[in-house]
Amino acid sequence: MSQNVEEQVLDFVRGRFPQERFDADQDIFQLGFVNSLFALELVMFIEKTFAITIRGEELQIDNFRTATAMAALVARHQQAPAASGA
Amino acid sequence: MAAPVMLGELAEPILPVTDRASARAFVDDHIVPYANAWEQAACVPEHTLELMGEAGLWAPFLPVDEGGAGMDMVTLGAVHEEVGRGCSSVRSLLTVHTMLSWTLQRWGTPEQRDRWAKDLATGRVLGAFCLTEPGAGSDAAGIATTATRTADGWVLNGVKKWITGGQRADLYLVFARVGSSIGAFLVPRESPGVHVTPITEILGTRASMLAEVRFDHVLAGPDALLGPSGFTAGMVLSGTLDLGRYSVAAGSVGIIQACLEACGAYATAREIGGTRLGGLQLIRAKLSDMVTDVRAARLLLSEAGRLKDAGDAATIMATWVAKYFASTAAARHASEAVQIHGANGFGGDYPVARLYRDAKVMEVIEGSNEIQRITIADEAFREALRQ
Repeated sequence: MSQNVEEQVLDFVRGRFPQERFDADQDIFQLGFVNSLFALELVMFIEKTFAITIRGEELQIDNFRTATAMAALVARHQQAPAASGA
Repeated sequence: MAAPVMLGELAEPILPVTDRASARAFVDDHIVPYANAWEQAACVPEHTLELMGEAGLWAPFLPVDEGGAGMDMVTLGAVHEEVGRGCSSVRSLLTVHTMLSWTLQRWGTPEQRDRWAKDLATGRVLGAFCLTEPGAGSDAAGIATTATRTADGWVLNGVKKWITGGQRADLYLVFARVGSSIGAFLVPRESPGVHVTPITEILGTRASMLAEVRFDHVLAGPDALLGPSGFTAGMVLSGTLDLGRYSVAAGSVGIIQACLEACGAYATAREIGGTRLGGLQLIRAKLSDMVTDVRAARLLLSEAGRLKDAGDAATIMATWVAKYFASTAAARHASEAVQIHGANGFGGDYPVARLYRDAKVMEVIEGSNEIQRITIADEAFREALRQ
């Protein structure tokens, strides 16, 4: 499941930056071209694709640095669906 | 659904606004007849703001248990279009209130929503959005207002300018610098150290009660921070601006529709040299372009709303496109609307001078058209690379 989440997140990021190469543990914010607009799109993508609702307290950069981190965030929601708000 | 509200024995009931038709009826009864006078008076009367609350116009997208009606974004866009058709100043007040209310609902803690949501839904508390400063527009990197964490919460210092509704708002959503990043803060207007100075010289949306708001050592509690501080606060701002852009796009569609209706009526009634104005080919061409553009702009807006309702990230770009198209079309057609009215278009007997002034504002606010074109072009290049 987690691998699948990582791949889907990476596909989204690659679609947004088709000229770049990414892997699951790459810090996308370190690359220098990710702005807050894309970060919001990323949040929306994760929410819609994995049917979760990310709340304000989860809006921490460490949750979105890498595809691995995002997969872990999704996994936490899927393990505790009552807290997801979905 | 809320029951109709009676204002005295002889008053018509205020029906709840639930869709485009009910919004249109409210706007025709309570906004259109007065918009020119409000522009001259440079304010929207308190009575009208109260009527909007009774109609449920302020934040109908909020969940029912938070005082709203759970209205979807497509319908919200149609409602804001209708309000914008009547008066861009009223729509501007609605826009900034919407931005604050949506941000609270999206990123606020349960405690923050309990404190503010119901009052925002009814309009008992009116909100305003404080981003722009004398030295910085929508560019968050240029914010000079600071929020400094203390043992008891936060201290805010700085000046915000061109704040729509700033003269009237009860609660400000203030974006301030926190260290090297930013944060969003809920600051009641009554807080000591908040100073409001009306801005009276303004090109358009003259009744939107603009103000400069100065924060002079304003103490805010720890619960004033809405969402995170740091890089991810930029996501909060991006979402807030996206919804504002959606509302401005809707208002721009409303301006085109108002131009079309004003010009249709004028060209039908006015004669020149024994010929009805509407019979002249060049006038007909202008009206046909208004018809075409208002339909196109409305469809772009509706698509952006549909994507919002679906939670699809593509709504961000769709909203940029809708706002760019609708605002440029509004400015173009408002200019033509004045042209069709001739000298009559310059004065206060017709709505088109006001529409002309208001339309120009739409090309600048919530991201200037130049920024929009850069962003849209980026998408074009991404698309080319993907293929």
